[in-house]
Amino acid sequence: MEMPVPNPSVLSGKARIVARLRAVLPPDAVIDDPAETRAYECDALTAYRCPPLAAVLPSTTAEVAAVLKICHDEGVPVVPRGAGTSLAGGALPTADSVILGVARMNAVLETDYDNRFIRVQTGRTNLSVTGAVEEEDFFYAPDPSSQLACAIAGNIAMNSGGAHCLKYGVTTNNLLGVTMVLMDGTVVEIGGAHLDAGGLDLLGLICGSEGQLGVVTEATLRILPKPEGARPVLIGYDSNEVAGQCVSDIIKAGVLPVAIEFMDRPCIRATEAFAGAGYPDCEALLIVEVEGSDAEIDAQLGVITQIARKHNPVELRESRSAEESGRIWLGRKSAFGAMGQINDYMCLDGTIPVSALPLVLRRIGEMSKDYGLDVGNVFHAGDGNMHPLILFDANKPGDLEKCEAFGADILKLCVEVGGCLTGEHGVGIEKRDLMGAQFTGPDMEAQMRVKDVFDPKWLLNPAKVFPLSVSEAHRSFAA
Amino acid sequence: MLSPVDEQELSEAVAGAEGPLRIVGGGTRPLGRPVTGEVLSVAALAGIELYEPGALTIVAKAGTPLAEVEAALAAENQRLPFEPMDMRGLLGTSGEPTIGGVVAANVSGPRRIQAGACRDSLIGVRFVDGRGAVVKNGGRVMKNVTGYDLVKLMAGSYGTLGVLSEVAFKVLPGVETRACVLINGMSNSDAVAAMSRALGSPFEVSGAAHTPAGVDGHPVTMLRLEGFADSVAYRAGRLRELLAGFGEISVETDPDRVQAGWRWVRDVEPFHGRAGDVWRVSVKPSDGPGIAARAGGDVLFDWGGGLIWALVPDGMDLRAKLGDFAGHATLIRASEETRARLPVFQYEPAPVAALTEGLRRQFDPRGILNPGLMGGDG
Repeated sequence: MEMPVPNPSVLSGKARIVARLRAVLPPDAVIDDPAETRAYECDALTAYRCPPLAAVLPSTTAEVAAVLKICHDEGVPVVPRGAGTSLAGGALPTADSVILGVARMNAVLETDYDNRFIRVQTGRTNLSVTGAVEEEDFFYAPDPSSQLACAIAGNIAMNSGGAHCLKYGVTTNNLLGVTMVLMDGTVVEIGGAHLDAGGLDLLGLICGSEGQLGVVTEATLRILPKPEGARPVLIGYDSNEVAGQCVSDIIKAGVLPVAIEFMDRPCIRATEAFAGAGYPDCEALLIVEVEGSDAEIDAQLGVITQIARKHNPVELRESRSAEESGRIWLGRKSAFGAMGQINDYMCLDGTIPVSALPLVLRRIGEMSKDYGLDVGNVFHAGDGNMHPLILFDANKPGDLEKCEAFGADILKLCVEVGGCLTGEHGVGIEKRDLMGAQFTGPDMEAQMRVKDVFDPKWLLNPAKVFPLSVSEAHRSFAA
Repeated sequence: MLSPVDEQELSEAVAGAEGPLRIVGGGTRPLGRPVTGEVLSVAALAGIELYEPGALTIVAKAGTPLAEVEAALAAENQRLPFEPMDMRGLLGTSGEPTIGGVVAANVSGPRRIQAGACRDSLIGVRFVDGRGAVVKNGGRVMKNVTGYDLVKLMAGSYGTLGVLSEVAFKVLPGVETRACVLINGMSNSDAVAAMSRALGSPFEVSGAAHTPAGVDGHPVTMLRLEGFADSVAYRAGRLRELLAGFGEISVETDPDRVQAGWRWVRDVEPFHGRAGDVWRVSVKPSDGPGIAARAGGDVLFDWGGGLIWALVPDGMDLRAKLGDFAGHATLIRASEETRARLPVFQYEPAPVAALTEGLRRQFDPRGILNPGLMGGDG
């Protein structure tokens, strides 16, 4: 992975820069010993590593502002880091960069049930936001599968989704306001507990900007009352086309399930061997979950099973209890672990129009044969967000490169059929060099002009999102 | 008047413009500080490009009449989630609202509290920036984090950053039926408390409005439920129990009457044809009654109390009466003279205003797209 050449004057100025950082932070909040900075050399995209110049762990917005001001003065690139769970390399450092980790900023600042919001510091983990309000029967809706570990800061940076987006939307639809520090140390407040922007929608622009526009230190998040209950139905088919048609028919029937998950045969077999959830051995498996009171759930599941039966399922299992629901979800929830048991894997997250599902699965199957690498598909079918898992052997020379080429072909296919490169993981470095497959020069130029406004010196996470050759003019102009 | 028929012509029209442009769709929403300039109409860029009911997505050119989009969706028993307001009655305009105009003004209705604003359903845009460059962002799939989200930025930018040529939405299934739980006689603060209780329940309220003076002159609070008939009936019953202490409760189950009632709220019908300026204030719901008291005059609460429509005397500066508050106030209806004199949009703190201004300069370096409409240097 090509990264910019580290700035030699930053590397040689390390002692001075670290001393300045130490002057504004508590002693244990600046890490510059190479043995310790190693802990920040990568995120969950572990194929690429580079220890940073230093890492800082501020505890307040004021400390974040002080750090950024110094780095701005010194021309030091800053890579913001939430919990380091990015699958796209969003928090991958360069040798001349300072990692700004928000992990120590994890407080709940305000909960307001009457107005249905919570304000938190952004180092707080996704699941512990729900943890802070569930006693009052509220929850925070976006639920990325890393929710136990991932931080709200990273969720905002990548506009994270989850399995329940069809009904509740993604991060941007649940974010009401932020406190953000710009690269020059200016603190801005955008949005708040009220709805919508009074002027330009800067909040919508910040969410999903991959830590390139500012460091979000506090967030106001919408919280929702928990539904009375939720239950899934499991449906198996012997063809992907039929399963895809069933999804489409369910949606057209006016039912809005909270989740529609799809697994293909390789994935079903792997999870069955791993978790033994009792899934049928079939081509395609759907898990459709609905919410409401018991009677409402029965009614909705009634509509869904009636549609499902028209397509002659090989299996149809309606949950009647929490225990049955747990078993239906067991395999899906262990899918990644199951695939990881077989081999190393790379997880993609391209999105496609639901109607293109059969075609895309067929083409992926053909490519799998061409590349000689196995692939399993898990898929948020309701919203078209695919998760092909390509298996490879990291210890086998050339396998990673082959896997990356296969992955790139799948993502290009997603774009070709009308979809996009990434539905919820973000571009980072992983999909950076594929951006040209989805966007024209002017498309990317418009986005980079936004960065010119927020971070004119291009110091915040500068080597991500845009192909280096495309961002070169902006980065060198800024330098 | 410039009236391009396709995106290419639109691009040429903007690139070739020698002075300010006043961008219009159907001309039904003359909002913002008055703009002088050559009229650029996108009305001829019309037509639904793609509609996949099974994928809950629709793509239309910006000049497509809103009615055409809604009719196409209705034919498949689907709908736009955000329930866009028709502003003709309030603003006294005529003509045909366009889908691009809805996006440019980020127009949402009562269902905003449940299903999000226009910007939340918007999944893709194509537009022409102030240089004449054609830019696309987002796409036609509902989960997409590829690159920066200019889709949200374009929603509610009133044509000041670019001229929309195409918009894409995720949509929702239509509903089998709807009902409205009505509570009579509550004070504004009790009404907001009741609405908060209802919106904090699991009963999926899709509209929560309150008027201190309903059609019969008495206060009434409205809570809308939508969905399958049994479910609506069940939830109406549960809400009655939940709110029993608040006042006299009834349930309207005639779907047409419910629909009409919510159109009354959505389009701010109580202020139609009445003298005075109309402001729209967004705050957290519990601040709503205080805002209404300070505003004086007639008000209508939507969004559980968080959206206040206020009818005030001509030319009055409502913000001066409100003082500092957390949220924003927008002057929606006033004479051109007033809209030229008072800032139509909420002031931004200096560092935020600098970002806004910086974005305008980047997207429209010549300052020709609806210059000054949202304030700033123009």
